[in-house]
Amino acid sequence: MSTLVFLEHHEGELQKDSLGVLGKAVQLGGDVAALIAGSGVEDLAAQAGRFGAAKVYVADDPALEAPLPQPRVDVTADLVRSHGFDAVLFGATVLTADVAAGLAARLDAGLNWDLVDLTEEDGKLVGKRPALDDTVYVDVGWKTEPKLALIRTGTFEPVQSGGEAEVERVEVRLEDFSTQAKMIEQAHEESEGPSIEDAEVIVAGGRGLGGPENFALVEELAKALGGAVASTRAVVDAGWYPYATQVGQTGKTVAPRLYIAVGISGAVQHKVGMQGSNLIVAINKDPNAPIFEYADLGVVGDLHEIVPKLTELVNAKNAAHFPRD
Amino acid sequence: MKIAVCAKVVPEQARRIDPDTKRLDRSGEPTLNPFDANAVEEALRLKGDAADSEVVIVSLGPERSLDALRKALAMGADRVVLAADEAAAGSDLVASSYALARALEREQPELVLFGQQANDSDGAVMWAAVADRLRRPLISQVAELTTSAEKVRGKRQTEFGYDVIEAPLPAVVAVSDAINEPRYPSLKGIMGAKKKPQETVSLTDLGIEAERAGETGSRTEVYAIGEPPPRGETQKLEDDGSGPEKIVEFLLERKAI
Repeated sequence: MSTLVFLEHHEGELQKDSLGVLGKAVQLGGDVAALIAGSGVEDLAAQAGRFGAAKVYVADDPALEAPLPQPRVDVTADLVRSHGFDAVLFGATVLTADVAAGLAARLDAGLNWDLVDLTEEDGKLVGKRPALDDTVYVDVGWKTEPKLALIRTGTFEPVQSGGEAEVERVEVRLEDFSTQAKMIEQAHEESEGPSIEDAEVIVAGGRGLGGPENFALVEELAKALGGAVASTRAVVDAGWYPYATQVGQTGKTVAPRLYIAVGISGAVQHKVGMQGSNLIVAINKDPNAPIFEYADLGVVGDLHEIVPKLTELVNAKNAAHFPRD
Repeated sequence: MKIAVCAKVVPEQARRIDPDTKRLDRSGEPTLNPFDANAVEEALRLKGDAADSEVVIVSLGPERSLDALRKALAMGADRVVLAADEAAAGSDLVASSYALARALEREQPELVLFGQQANDSDGAVMWAAVADRLRRPLISQVAELTTSAEKVRGKRQTEFGYDVIEAPLPAVVAVSDAINEPRYPSLKGIMGAKKKPQETVSLTDLGIEAERAGETGSRTEVYAIGEPPPRGETQKLEDDGSGPEKIVEFLLERKAI
């Protein structure tokens, strides 16, 4: 099998999800190549090599500067046509979903999305896709090549192989319509504190907090645990907390070691963004909140009582471990 | 301006996949995909009072979808074109996007709108495939949309923050459900909807070859349906004042702190 992995990058870094998918492709075996499309991105090729790509195609062109999908469809389609890859894999993001779907139309190639695993069974590539609010898992496949797949965020961890990739620059030929959409402005907000995608511990606050001022409770607990603060769609829409911290369907997918949900009912839109967490603790006053169905430990009660005391206890534990002199 | 809204009719409560056909059980009450209501609302907002503007709903699905699509007419859309054909059943992205593109080409709208995702398949991919087939610029995940005579501009959220993207018309735009609050159809709207034009076309009418439709025209398949991986035991307790201690004990026991 020959596989092409589309690598997304942001501010000079290959994205973790893309590298995770690359790692999975290497594990599945066969020839694994990567594509990096952008402007001034040649230096990223070495990084891709260290994460397992034997070959890296670099499409470097000022027209690829903005992270817009359509020129990337052109570049990817050209590469697939000339090299005949059996599979093209993407770590799913706002950008790559549009690239993959555009590519599916361009090549009349099957696309399976939201996959949480890829396996090879009897020489056949099989994708695992949760459906109906993750109540069933469907084994999906492809009837023709190339097989296109979008992998759900946070599914595969990157694996450093320490390898070195052969780098090849590819010619960039763009369709007229592909360059008509223009990026006018990009405002990238930076969240304070550790990024939730990389955090080992996350404390997330929801509408149950009652108001933006009560996020202090969540922040203090996160600080005590050395973790990051996350939020839900509802509180971001209400303007209580920045979007960069939003977990769920229209936000980020996270999989920390410990996820503490405070005042979050845990509807499926939120669940899909955090269910991969190793341990989930929920605090909510509504005993019927859906989050209690999948939290490892659920505490029904008043978060305003519980959270400050919990923070105090964690701080006391920390102090016992690291006594001040 | 002529605006086409691509709408999907989904079962109100899709709770199972038919083990024989391996397709979603669509026997539930058909309803307009709730995310598409945001696209209809946005189209109606853009249309405003302009007498020369038109909002046409374009959909693929069985004939009985018309009932559910009438909700968009009740909201204020002008007419419906439904590509209904037994041969289209079981279409995947490749086959559906092809049929939808053919239906849209027949309409020649200046703006094509999509909702954020399909409630049944959780798919959020159709617009990019259709834009590619129509060879039109695309802006997706739009939370704020403005148009002028020749252009469309969308502000959207990504993983990294906000983008503002502009494209010349004709264009394809997918809106997020944060863009607006869809109106409820008024009684007058509901009564009036029945009289609005509702056209059903076949794949042949759209010039779609049989081999490009339905399962034959699809490139993906379903092998098996299984259970989700089990999650460990869950425990739930009422806070009697000892909740914080219990949490700490639990975290220590699981070596989480």
